[in-house]
Amino acid sequence: MIRYHYTGDGIGGFGRFAAGQPPAFLLGLHRSMLRIRRIEEEIERRYHEDQMKTPIHLVIGQEATSVGCCAALGDTDLLYSSHRTHGTYLAKGGDLKAMLCELHCRANGCAGSRGGSMHLIDKGVGLAGTSAVVGGAVPIATGAALAAWMKQEDRVIVVFLGDATTEEGVTSESLNFAALKRLPIVFFCENNFYSVQSPLETRQPPRELHKWAAAHEMPAVLIDGVNVLAAFEATRTAVARAKAGEGPSFIEARVYRFRAHAGAGDDSRTGYRDEAERQQWERVCPVRLFEAYLVEAGLLNATAIDALEHEIAEEIADAFAYALESPNPTEADLYRHVYAE
Amino acid sequence: MPWDEGLVASLVYDRPDPSEGRILSYVQAINEALVLALEHDPSVFVMGQGVDDPSAMFGTTRGLQQRFGPARVFDTPLSEESMMGVAAGAAMNGMRPVYMHNRPDFVLLAANQLITHASKVHFMDNGQTTVPMVVWAAIGRGWGSGAQHSQSIQGILLGVPGLKIVMPSTPHDAKGLLLSAILDNNPVCVFEHRWLMRKDGIVPEGFYRVPLGRGICRRTGRDVTIVGASHAIELGMQAALLLAAEGIEAEVIDLRTIKPLDEGIILESLKKTGRIVAVDTAWMKGGVCAEIGCLAAEKGYADLKAPVARVGLPDIPAPAGYTLEQIYYPDAARIASAARALVRWDAAPAGPG
Repeated sequence: MIRYHYTGDGIGGFGRFAAGQPPAFLLGLHRSMLRIRRIEEEIERRYHEDQMKTPIHLVIGQEATSVGCCAALGDTDLLYSSHRTHGTYLAKGGDLKAMLCELHCRANGCAGSRGGSMHLIDKGVGLAGTSAVVGGAVPIATGAALAAWMKQEDRVIVVFLGDATTEEGVTSESLNFAALKRLPIVFFCENNFYSVQSPLETRQPPRELHKWAAAHEMPAVLIDGVNVLAAFEATRTAVARAKAGEGPSFIEARVYRFRAHAGAGDDSRTGYRDEAERQQWERVCPVRLFEAYLVEAGLLNATAIDALEHEIAEEIADAFAYALESPNPTEADLYRHVYAE
Repeated sequence: MPWDEGLVASLVYDRPDPSEGRILSYVQAINEALVLALEHDPSVFVMGQGVDDPSAMFGTTRGLQQRFGPARVFDTPLSEESMMGVAAGAAMNGMRPVYMHNRPDFVLLAANQLITHASKVHFMDNGQTTVPMVVWAAIGRGWGSGAQHSQSIQGILLGVPGLKIVMPSTPHDAKGLLLSAILDNNPVCVFEHRWLMRKDGIVPEGFYRVPLGRGICRRTGRDVTIVGASHAIELGMQAALLLAAEGIEAEVIDLRTIKPLDEGIILESLKKTGRIVAVDTAWMKGGVCAEIGCLAAEKGYADLKAPVARVGLPDIPAPAGYTLEQIYYPDAARIASAARALVRWDAAPAGPG
């Protein structure tokens, strides 16, 4: 039984957003999504080798939201994220080598091997922090928005959250405060319908998450989360509103994770969701769908895709080799940074 | 609450000697620290439920909003977890929030953000982000508010790496420690005690800091060490007077901050007296008393002439009613009794009491 149907417009959904966008921009979005997909697949393929001793939460199937959203952000705009960090980290421009070093528990990982896969960070590009506690990053991002507002900085804060995060009281508290103070923040909700293996229907009454958010006095929109251009456009609108001092916005993007909550591979066979449901969503794979659109539009062809695949594969191979050659932390590292000077 | 006002008003504190300097009340000292911090650094701001209301957080925040504006001194929604996270997020982005609570009990609603986020971020991201924030709360006693409005939660937080915990005992320290806490680059909990708020003391003008992590000897003595912080020091000093009348000279060590703990000053005093009474406003089990006892056993064992004694709250929630409250909370007599038993330990090897 398929519980959660794809309700978007598929390939037909791109046209109205693509009008007027330069080809280089559109190709960049495709490249970024494809790169994340290939990185995730390589992490998954090598995971059983046990060199990455860190719990992974693969973003395969949800690339469009990270990439579309980040395309609407500048380097000084900050992004906070949840445990599923790989997509937002890479889309925001996070360093691949530092990420893979972190996954390999190396001293030169982006968090010095103290964070692991759930706590990727690259402050240089505005990937400012993550929390592995559901909802944990939401008030912190709101506080970052308060700081930006107090310092009158031209900066927007975006926080990624999942459907289950809307069940945490702290999320409602944070939306309330952000609306109260008209803070420059965008709450970007990736609704993938499942929290670990618990479906939305066992956790919330039948309702639409964006309508719940709208009750906090902010614009809240529903978008097709497999459509990278929809994610870009919704974020751009929200960012403009925030930068104009008009306050927060909420975006609900319906997406589907093709893999298990954590670890390599899919776990649909355990019975918590129907394989047919995943297959239905795989037919609207955000990467393939956009690629097909670009081919149809004459912006991409098989040769260009091959070249792109080759370039990405090389970068990934290099980065893995670099991580595997990188040094492990030492005992002295453990004692550092418990307290700041 | 007339009985409560009566209780607090009936507290007798030594009058400071005006020839020694300017006299300020405890509340004025805190207020002055906040004014100086807000003046000194535009990144400092003060938030909390009621910081701008007529009671002004026991008076500590009086006038701040008028002086520094509603952007820097503001009331909050009843959303403790989110507000703690907002403070942390602002601190992570260049601000220095002071988040004030009328009761420590409400800090527990924000435990996730305080314990699992604010105090961990600097470690988790390998030192890239600092979280310079202050969480201020006032411990109550005798106000009939019972188990959910009177908790001393410092013991619960004592084992959290990355946090600092400050517990002043004098107006001088309330100001100097709060300024240190605000300027510290880590999350710092400052727990004040309601019963100290009627106390006056010599408070220097202008900006000064009392360093975190260093205790002070309030009274020297050769026979027994009474060690603690906050209101426990007030009781400890009273106990020392009772003991002195009997010829027992107690040394009173004020820890000022319980995390980091000034182990050196405790062990040094223990070396001299050989006897130690650990005193706290919180439960004895698993808290400051327990930690001091463990320290004495681990690092001061050779100096101990008697077992370690603890005077704090029993393993019982605070009762609401007046009579039960009087029984529940320790007083100077109870501290004196514990100290006396230690001094007489040699003569009565069967045990204290």
